Amino acid sequence: MEKHTLAVLVENSPGVLTRVAGLFARRGFNIDSLAVGRTDRDDVSRMTIVVEGDKPLIEQVTKQLHKLIDVIKISNITDDEYVDRELVMLKVTADPGQRVEIMHIAGIFRARVVDLGSKTITFECTGTEGKINAFEESLRPYGIKELVRTGKIAMLRGSKYVALSLAQTREAENG
Amino acid sequence: MTVGEALLECLERENVEIVFGYPGGAVLPLYDALYHSTRIKHVLVRHEQGGAHAADGYARVSGKVGVCIGTSGPGATNLVTGIANAYMDSVPLVVITGQVPTIQIGTDAFQEVDITGITLPITKHNWLLKDPAKLPQVVKSAFHIASTGRPGPVLIDIPKDVAQARINFKYPSSVKLRGYKPTYKGHPSKISEIAKLTAKAKRPIICAGGGILASNASEELLKFAEAISAPVTNTFMGLAGFPGDHPLFLGMLGLHGTRYANLAITECDLLIALGARFDDRVVMNINSFAPGATVVHVDIDPAEIGKVIATNVPLVGDVKMILKELLPLLEKVDRSEWLERIKSLKAQYPLTYEGDSSLKPQFIIQQLSDCTRGDAIIVTDVGQHQMWVAQYYRFKKPRTLVSSGGLGCMGFGLPAAIGAAMAAPMGEKVILVSGDGSIQMTIQELATMMEQCLDVKIILFNNSALGMVRQLQEYYCQGRHMATHFQFHPDFEILARAYGIPAYTFRTQEDVVKGLPEVINSSGPAFVNCIVPPEENVLPMVPAGKGISETVECG
Repeated sequence: MEKHTLAVLVENSPGVLTRVAGLFARRGFNIDSLAVGRTDRDDVSRMTIVVEGDKPLIEQVTKQLHKLIDVIKISNITDDEYVDRELVMLKVTADPGQRVEIMHIAGIFRARVVDLGSKTITFECTGTEGKINAFEESLRPYGIKELVRTGKIAMLRGSKYVALSLAQTREAENG
Repeated sequence: MTVGEALLECLERENVEIVFGYPGGAVLPLYDALYHSTRIKHVLVRHEQGGAHAADGYARVSGKVGVCIGTSGPGATNLVTGIANAYMDSVPLVVITGQVPTIQIGTDAFQEVDITGITLPITKHNWLLKDPAKLPQVVKSAFHIASTGRPGPVLIDIPKDVAQARINFKYPSSVKLRGYKPTYKGHPSKISEIAKLTAKAKRPIICAGGGILASNASEELLKFAEAISAPVTNTFMGLAGFPGDHPLFLGMLGLHGTRYANLAITECDLLIALGARFDDRVVMNINSFAPGATVVHVDIDPAEIGKVIATNVPLVGDVKMILKELLPLLEKVDRSEWLERIKSLKAQYPLTYEGDSSLKPQFIIQQLSDCTRGDAIIVTDVGQHQMWVAQYYRFKKPRTLVSSGGLGCMGFGLPAAIGAAMAAPMGEKVILVSGDGSIQMTIQELATMMEQCLDVKIILFNNSALGMVRQLQEYYCQGRHMATHFQFHPDFEILARAYGIPAYTFRTQEDVVKGLPEVINSSGPAFVNCIVPPEENVLPMVPAGKGISETVECG
């Protein structure tokens, strides 16, 4: 089973996330991660959905997503060259005696300290899913108090891009 | 004008003539607007489920969009079964629900329910209208989405205060839906590929589904089948899309399909599926379904292609348009060997039942079929009687079968017959075939039927049992019949008369032979209570898990 990355442009309308999430739930598709936010246009949001499954399943996911009226465009960018990032915030137990050691590890992953408590340090770190996993594993022995990940966002490399077609843009502007 | 008035204006612009509904607090503004409307007829049903089914029956017969209205809360939830039914069978509906005032939304207000949330999985799209000014655009989009592409139900939820708000009305001339662009025209290269495949195939078969009726492609289907001399089998939803007395017709396939249709599918080398979605009741065991066939799948919904069975030639588009483009490309091929084989399969495994002196349900359907000669609209409920109609009634014209296929929704029949009767062309008979289980689920609609002075003939198959479930218990629970025999029944004859409907009870074959034509040819409603044996099973039948060639036969 391979992981597929879908870049999905949707109407920035109430309920669109429910529609997409509901579709995955009722059709039994597993979402690995889903990140959503608006694009450069405030009427369009972009979802980066990571789904695990074989080819026919991904095809079915894509087709079913297309049936949602609020879904404007779906690009399966898995086989394209793309950059992807995920942000993690991680709070780790750190007695004053351990701080240096932990800071050293964080340095390797280019994580930044965003908060310091008397017995904890909170980091932010961005990178690919693999890097974030590695960062998490490195700090696990110290005791992770809290961890939150945004899910992956992705963008095609070079001059290729995922955006509304000209017609779709025009339609929106006339409305 | 108010949003309520604007809504009616929109409905008029969409050529809506009839709405089925039930009033309530949250839809007061809409009903107040209806009070003043001269062009839209409101049919007061006795339960919102009846309203949704009636709109459904109306849509199936007329080919137009059915419209129904319910109030907030229970009014809306009562519509849910009808919406799900329309969704499963791809019937275009615009459902309008009232909602509590905007300010109360989310407070568990009296008669509040999140109906857009509830109907998310059973509508093509839905809206909670918060901005009064958006009403015209939403209604325009609603009718467009419901009736184009693969049709289906949509829902507009209108809070009471929004319905009362005043707007400057302007009906948009077009819709703006950048995420919704159905494909109608089939890809030319795929169309010529199909033409080549049909010329090459030795044993082609056409499996035609509900898409034939949705796209009004019956005529093209007939031409196509005759041009390539291929036998045609219908899914349940496709029935009436191909003439039932045509030599190329194989009847229905699948679970209760004819043995010869199922064997022809098993033996074919080219399967051309047109507007069919390979439902589990059609395919049964995937591994033994059309094992040696090249599969061509034409459907307007891309998601149906490749969903169930692997397809060699996928073609997205409108089946009527595609067949029209395909017809000139076809070559006449000598298919005598295959057609001989089909003929011998038909002779070897005819549809049959054990006839004795009792009143068999199959016999009644045969008599009905002879009596109407396909010149009637047949509405059914769900269960054994429905399958017997599918097997023994010879349909001749499209849109003359109205039945709940995908959802298998008992209680659909009577309200759907009401809608069908309101849509039926002048002089077309509407006959409801129902069961004693099904009809009692929505029997209150007899009042609606009489109030609207509708000429519906009701033929009740009364076996004092839930026959289809009883049959399942026969086969899968070693005959342990649990909760499938009614210990009490009303006297249906008296019940019908209480509504002012002339009623009869048929107990013998003779009663049917003598009485049925008289009832069918009479004018005005009638109720026929047919006492049929409870132990009758629908056969043939493919046992669970088996392939469609492995049927249980009669005798």
